[in-house]
Amino acid sequence: MTTTEQHINPKLVKVLESISDPEIPVLSIMDMGVVRSAVIENDIVKIEITPTYSGCPAMDVIGDDIKRAMQKAGYKAEVDLILHPAWTTDWITPRGRKALEDYGIAAPLDEEADKSVLLEGKQLVKCPQCGSTNTKMISQFGSTACKAQFQCNDCQEPFDYFKCLK
Amino acid sequence: MKNKNLYNYILGIADNSLILGQRLGELCGHGPSLETDIACTNMSLDLLGQVRSYYQYGAKIAGDGRTEDDIAMLRKEREYFNVLLVEQPNTDFGYTMARQFLFDVYHFLMLTELEKSTDLNLSAIAKKSIKEVSYHKRFSSDWIKRLGDGTEESHKRIQTAINDLWTYTDELFHQTEADKAMVAEGVGVDVTKLKDAYYEEVNAVLEEATLSVPESKYFQKGGKQGIHTEHMGYLLADLQYMQRTYPNMEW
Repeated sequence: MTTTEQHINPKLVKVLESISDPEIPVLSIMDMGVVRSAVIENDIVKIEITPTYSGCPAMDVIGDDIKRAMQKAGYKAEVDLILHPAWTTDWITPRGRKALEDYGIAAPLDEEADKSVLLEGKQLVKCPQCGSTNTKMISQFGSTACKAQFQCNDCQEPFDYFKCLK
Repeated sequence: MKNKNLYNYILGIADNSLILGQRLGELCGHGPSLETDIACTNMSLDLLGQVRSYYQYGAKIAGDGRTEDDIAMLRKEREYFNVLLVEQPNTDFGYTMARQFLFDVYHFLMLTELEKSTDLNLSAIAKKSIKEVSYHKRFSSDWIKRLGDGTEESHKRIQTAINDLWTYTDELFHQTEADKAMVAEGVGVDVTKLKDAYYEEVNAVLEEATLSVPESKYFQKGGKQGIHTEHMGYLLADLQYMQRTYPNMEW
């Protein structure tokens, strides 16, 4: 597991939690793990965010959303995009994983589970609709860069699986 | 420019991804099936995302007021340093996957080394990109096997594509002046050292796919010096059309 410290000023947590990923509105950017630091220096809020995927078009929107929310809260904010350390699905919080499942997106398992799917090994990805693990992968690439397409063999529902990234 | 070698080195890496990303993007709405269409455009998006990081860094080094967009969109053909492989047309799904596979194996090996670069910007971009590229490689390798070990028709067509594109593989391991300078500084990757591992991996997948490894020893080169195949001009016309028609336009 990749661990890195997040430096978040407690005063800013509430504001940051109110901002969601534009592609997955149920998930706050805090639960997503993309906010790496948020500090107040000389009355200016400095925030570092990291992209989930390099080409993630949501990052520009998230940056703007942060600035707007901070302004509303009475702060002037500067947002920087950092690449290192690279984002991993391990940074999605337990609350975030729950929100994903409730929204109908299967939360990422570990890397071995992702490989197992490809090699037609043990079926581990759980259908967010009926809970069955009798599921199959339709495509490694889904509706956004961070997801793969799955289908449940029991209830037949297609669903998104949040790809494991480590 | 003070850091001309570093700048050219960055372009050498970034241009491969930009041009391949453009080729994959052409399939948006035209892929053979919905899933493969989405997969190709997803990979395109990853590559373009990576390219932005490289060009932003390049723009900073150039320090002449040019932005990432200027570097991506406003150079002339001879000023692009991508390898010939990535500019080859999509032709059919077999060619698209063969080109992808032959590049992905290289891309993954190169990024594995670039992660160790003493240049912290490049190493950060490599660490980010390699996670995405491992998915690309898995996808394209999988398709090589499915097509090779599929029907008589799919086998024939993927073998033709591999045979045709093989001639562009050796160029991946040629060093430019910028390469040599950057390797000496511990910044760049010595691509000549990746060659054995590359062909070993490629050949193993081809074998599993019941395909034969091309025997031709004749290889094309030139892209890294800006001398491109006839396809490049058309590709750039597409890529640069908006910037040339509406100068300074922004999203």
